[in-house]
Amino acid sequence: MEVEVEFIDEMINGYNRDKRAIVSMLQDIQDKYYYLPEDTLAYLSSAMEVPISLLYGFATFYRTFSLQPRGKHPISVCMGTACHVRGAGRIIEKIEREIDIKLGETSDDLLYSLDEVHCLGCCGLAPVVTVGDDLYGKITVTKIPGILKKYKTSKEEPVSQID
Amino acid sequence: MKPYRAELMVCAGTGCVSNGAFQVKDALENEIKERGLENEVRVVTTGCNGFCGVGPLLVVHPDGIFYQLLTTKDIPYLVEEHFLKGRPVQRLMYTPPEDKLPVPKMSEIEFFKHQMLIALRNRGIIDPENIEEYIARDGYTGLAKALNGMTPEEIIQTVKDSKLRGRGGAGFQTGVKWELTRKAKEKTKYIVCNADEGDPGAYMDRSILESDPHSILEGMIIGARAIGAQQGFIYIRHEYPLAMKRLLIAIDQAKEYGLLGDNIFDTGFSFDIQVHRGAGAFVCGEETALLSALEGQRGEPRPRPPYPVEHGLSGYPTNINNVETWANIPVIISRGAKWYAEIGTENSKGTKVFSLVGKINNTGLVEVPMGIKLRDIIYGIGGGIPDGKKFKAVQTGGPSGGCIPDSLIDLPIDYESLKEAGSMMGSGGMVVMDEDTCMVDVARYFLTFTCDESCGKCSPCRDGTKYLLDILTRITEGKGNMEDLDLLEGLSKVVKETALCGLGQTAPNPILTTMKYFRDEYESHIKDKKCPAKVCRQLNIYTIDEERCVTEGHGCGVCMRECPEKAITGEKKKAHKINQEICVKCGACYDVCRFGAVIVE
Repeated sequence: MEVEVEFIDEMINGYNRDKRAIVSMLQDIQDKYYYLPEDTLAYLSSAMEVPISLLYGFATFYRTFSLQPRGKHPISVCMGTACHVRGAGRIIEKIEREIDIKLGETSDDLLYSLDEVHCLGCCGLAPVVTVGDDLYGKITVTKIPGILKKYKTSKEEPVSQID
Repeated sequence: MKPYRAELMVCAGTGCVSNGAFQVKDALENEIKERGLENEVRVVTTGCNGFCGVGPLLVVHPDGIFYQLLTTKDIPYLVEEHFLKGRPVQRLMYTPPEDKLPVPKMSEIEFFKHQMLIALRNRGIIDPENIEEYIARDGYTGLAKALNGMTPEEIIQTVKDSKLRGRGGAGFQTGVKWELTRKAKEKTKYIVCNADEGDPGAYMDRSILESDPHSILEGMIIGARAIGAQQGFIYIRHEYPLAMKRLLIAIDQAKEYGLLGDNIFDTGFSFDIQVHRGAGAFVCGEETALLSALEGQRGEPRPRPPYPVEHGLSGYPTNINNVETWANIPVIISRGAKWYAEIGTENSKGTKVFSLVGKINNTGLVEVPMGIKLRDIIYGIGGGIPDGKKFKAVQTGGPSGGCIPDSLIDLPIDYESLKEAGSMMGSGGMVVMDEDTCMVDVARYFLTFTCDESCGKCSPCRDGTKYLLDILTRITEGKGNMEDLDLLEGLSKVVKETALCGLGQTAPNPILTTMKYFRDEYESHIKDKKCPAKVCRQLNIYTIDEERCVTEGHGCGVCMRECPEKAITGEKKKAHKINQEICVKCGACYDVCRFGAVIVE
C-alpha cells in the first residue's frame, strides 16, 4: 500500500508536531486504515524524528492498535465479568467455528476479524457482541449464524440492530 | 420553554441505543406528528436511565409511567391508546417476576424505589446534550456559590467536612487530597478526571458521562478553583464513543456560556479542560500509569511516593479523581457538607453507584446510600436470581476485588466492611453469581484478565499473574493436586506484597477470596475431578438421552452438524450418540440442543 503522505503530514501539523501526541496520531491512522500499515509507520517515524521502535512499542502496548489488517466487519466479543458468567466464552468458540478463524485472526477474504474486548460497559445486556458499529445484546450460541449472515453480502446496507 | 401536556423521556444510553432506542424515538415522533399531537406531546432523548436490562425504555412525565422493552411495532398502538385516548398500555409496563400485575409508575418499581440519587441525580430527566436543561435542574449553582461566596480554603473545608471518599476504588478522602495538591509548592497545578473505567462488569462512569456530562465539568471547575489549577484533563476510554461525544458537546456549551475558559463569571478565575482519548490499556486506570499516558508515553505505572499530588503530570502537582467523585462535588457545595455527611455510615458517607449485573433479575445501575445491606440490593432492588436458581456469591471491585458468599448476605456495604470480607469497593461493579457459576473458573477468569492487562514493567505482576493463571488452569482442567492450593496461597501473598502498582497488588484477591469461601469447590476439582457447577468443561462428560432425542427432538441432527470433531453419529428420527473417544468436550451440542437431550455430568 502506498503511503498517503499528504494525510500524514496534515495530521502531524494538526498536532503541532508535538511528540506527546504520537499515540493520538497512531489512533488517527488506525481509525483510517483499521490497522497500522508498516510503511506508514516508517514514514511517521522519520517525519516525527522518533525511532520506529517507539511506535512499535505503542502499537503493541495499547489494545486499540493492530499491526495486521483487520476485517471489513471486525467482530468483538465482550469478555467482561457479566458476559463471562453468562457464557461469552462459548460465543467465541461458536463464532470461530462459523467463520473458521481463531481469536485475533482475520479471514483470508478480509471480511471478518475476531477479537475479544474487556467490557464494553453494557453489562445489562450480557453477553454482548459487536460487529463494526453494531451492538448485539443477550446473545446465545444459536443466534450467532443469523447475525453473521447479515454481513456476508459485501453490500453496504443499513443493518437492523435488534435481533 | 413551551409547556407540553406530556414529555416522553426516551433513554439513549448505550444499552438502549444498541437495542434500537433511536428507531423507537423516530417512530414515536412520526406517530405523534401523524396524530397531530406535536404541540402537546414532546419526545426527549435522555442519558442512561439505569434499568438497562429492559431497554429500550420510555418514561412519560409528568405521571412517571414507565414503559419497557419497546419495539417500533408497539409505537402506533401506544401513541393512540396513551396519548390520544388517555389509556396507559399495561402490556408494555414492567411486571415484577413472580407477579402478574404490572407496576405503572417508575417510582413504585422495586428497582427504583430504594435508590437515592446524588451522582445520578439527572439521569433520565435531562437531555445531556442541552446545557439549558442541566441549568434548569440547578446545574452550575454549586459553581456560582463556590466562585462568588467561598474562598478556595472554604471549598476544601466543605469537601473535607462532607467526608467524601474517592469513588474510583481506593476510597481516599477527596478533601484531603485537594488540600495536599493546593499546598504543594509549584504554582502550575493540574486536575484530572479519571474516566478510564476498565473494571469488567462496571459502567457507572460511562453512564454519568452519557447522561449528565455537565455534572463532571461543574465538579472539575469547582475543584480547580479550590486547588488552584489552571488546566484540567479528562482521560476517557476509547471504548466509550458516545460518552466522548457528549462530553465534547458539553465542553463547547460550557465555554459558550462563559463557564469554562478565561475569566469565569467575571471573577478573574480561568480554567480549561482537555479531553484525552485512551488507546486501550486497563493499567491506565491506575493514576501514575494514567499520567504517563497523558504525557504521551506508554501507560506504565511509576513507583509511589512521590505521589501525584506533589509530583504528577510533567512533574507538577496533580489531583486525580474519578468520574463519580467529581459528579458528587456540585451537590455537596450547593447543599452543604452537613447534609451530605448525614447520609451513609460513620466512615463511608453519601451514596455509591453500583452496576448490578450477572445472574440477577433486574440488571442495571443503582445508586444507594452507603451501609445498605447486600440483601436489600440483591433481593430488593435486584429482584433476586432468575429461573429460581440459588444465589451463590457476588463479586465486587472487579479484578482487584473478591467474591462475597451468600453467608455474608446481610453485610452492610461500605469501604471497610467490604475490605474486611476480603473484597473491596472498587469502582462499584457488582456481578451476581448463582449456583451455575464455578468459583474456580471465576478466579481463573480474573487472572486471565490481569495477566493479559499486566503492563509487564515489574516481575511480580508480569510473571506472578502468569504463574497463578497456569495453576488455576491446571486445576480447572482436572490436572491439579492439593499442593497447588498452598502454592496458590503463597504466591498470591508474594504478588500482593511486591508488585509495583495497584493492578498487581490486588490481582490475587479473586483467588484468595474464592479459596477462603469456596475451598470445597477447589477440592472437588482436584480430588474428585468434578466441577460442581459444570462450567469447567474438561471435567464434564457429555452424553445424549436417547429417548428424549427421539421422542422430543425426532433425531433432528442439529448437534451432529454442530459438532466440530464429528464425534456425533445418528440418523434422522433416530437417537444420536456421542463417541467419547473423539469428543473434545466443547459443549457445542449442549448449547444447540433445544430439547434438553444432551446431558452433562
